[in-house]
Amino acid sequence: MISMKGLNKRFGDYTAVDNLTLNINAGEVFGFLGPNGAGKTTTVRMLTCLIEPSAGQASVLGYQVGREDQQIRRRVGLLTETPGHYDRLSAWQNLTFYARLYEVDQVDKQVEKYLRMLDLWDRRQDPAGSFSKGMRQKLAIARALLHEPQVLFLDEPTSGLDPEAARLIRDFIEELKGEGRTIFICTHNLDEADRLCDRVAVFKQRLRVVDAPANLRRQVYGRRITIQLAQNAADFKDAVMAVQGIREIEINDHILAFNTENPEIENSKIVRRLVQAGADIQFVNEVKHTLEEVYLNLIAEEAPSGEAVSKAEMSAASDG
Amino acid sequence: MDKIKTIIYKEWAEVFRNRMVLFITALLPLFMAVLPIFMLVIFNTAGGDMSSMNADTEQLTQLFNQLCVGLTETECVQVYTLSLFMFMFMIIPVAIPVTIAAYSIVGEKTTHSLEPLLATPIKTSELLVGKALAAMLPAIVATWIAYFVFLIGTYFLVSDAVFRQVLDPMWLLAIFIVGPLLALLAVCTSLMISSRASDPRTAEQLSALIILPLILLVIGQSLGFILINSQAILLIGVIVAVLDVIMVIITVQLFERETILTRWK
Repeated sequence: MISMKGLNKRFGDYTAVDNLTLNINAGEVFGFLGPNGAGKTTTVRMLTCLIEPSAGQASVLGYQVGREDQQIRRRVGLLTETPGHYDRLSAWQNLTFYARLYEVDQVDKQVEKYLRMLDLWDRRQDPAGSFSKGMRQKLAIARALLHEPQVLFLDEPTSGLDPEAARLIRDFIEELKGEGRTIFICTHNLDEADRLCDRVAVFKQRLRVVDAPANLRRQVYGRRITIQLAQNAADFKDAVMAVQGIREIEINDHILAFNTENPEIENSKIVRRLVQAGADIQFVNEVKHTLEEVYLNLIAEEAPSGEAVSKAEMSAASDG
Repeated sequence: MDKIKTIIYKEWAEVFRNRMVLFITALLPLFMAVLPIFMLVIFNTAGGDMSSMNADTEQLTQLFNQLCVGLTETECVQVYTLSLFMFMFMIIPVAIPVTIAAYSIVGEKTTHSLEPLLATPIKTSELLVGKALAAMLPAIVATWIAYFVFLIGTYFLVSDAVFRQVLDPMWLLAIFIVGPLLALLAVCTSLMISSRASDPRTAEQLSALIILPLILLVIGQSLGFILINSQAILLIGVIVAVLDVIMVIITVQLFERETILTRWK
């Protein structure tokens, strides 16, 4: 569906995207995570044919970026990081304009469909300039969907929105996910990525890691188990250490914590040993690391490059 | 063609909601139509006294000799006065659209509406032609309407001989051919500036300079340094047409989506 091979984007001496190789499957919701200036927006701009790659290849829906740009533009939707509208025009006029540019068959019907779907129908005659940030974002999402694109690029879809508006947008993305569209989301909101995305990539100039959020947690932290005892946990450390495959044991008052690759098998062995040793077990839990912890761990591993970067180059790359 | 029309209608819907733009688009041509009529009224009221015109320089005498074949002294002064307004009618289709065109790209950048627009399947040529026509057409139509108002007023205030002068092929060429060609040149230049400028004010100020050569022509003729006749207008028309072709090509080629999106904040 979306394929990148050795994709590279340079602005002068500054490399915004370096050797990105990635495949995104049809119907997948893919999260593209990375700090500001990591190259996320630059990647989206390349995939939506707004800027040309410096090297490498990319294809969207089987069409080559740089060679079949018009075919790609017709079939993808883009929500930009800072969605601008024609503020003097009404919501209806804004969407009608884009529907015509996308050569939508039944313009009025499509515009009405998305205005209703995003709860903007009652405000359709109001100038877009009078809309709240949440409404503007909804209008921008409607604009990105008017031509029923098979692939949707959402750049920071909930950035700067209040929690209620952000939740509305997230719910709507989940609806879109249900329709089987391929959705590529750039986001800083890791909770959002965790909830919405089938797979996520952590990206900072180059691809650091890509996998399902659950697998990433496992890769970074392993699976960590805590057992709360009625007694002091230090008295039972030896009983746990005797079980093979247990790592990074930590004792904290009544809590015994350790890593294991296979808790489904190891936990019962450990519980049995602890009971045999006279421990009273109160709770057994698996620690759920958030995607944010995983992300910060991965990003922290990378020191920034010391290369001098010109102001213009930083400007070119700074929004993504 | 449909996309060009879509761009034009959107531009008009947006631009003419700004009452100031609408006001200027209507007022300037109206002013240019009424001013010469008003001058003729004053002139007729004063009895066509040439001494008040301070027209005794050597250049003006030569100019009048060329301009006034078969006309009375009074008619000659009327023709001379009106001929200055021919340039004004050429300035209107340049003056009005430059600020509209100058804002059209950089304005979309500042409001962040350019990126989603460029993400649509619209070709650069369609976008620029749409924006150019949206800026040019109202000014050209307003100029033509102003010219007709001017003709009606003049018809009642001057002799047939003088009236024939304002229907001279030179006038018609200037207003119906050279004016629009100049408008295209001005709009292309403004669009080029707009796609390269970093803020709307810079774009508008730079674009306003486009009017300068025309103003110099007006001053040149009013001081008697140059005489614009049919041949001169034709020559100007040919030169501007060639420049138009060059400017259209340059404007489309210089409109680099990547540069516009990434080199500007």
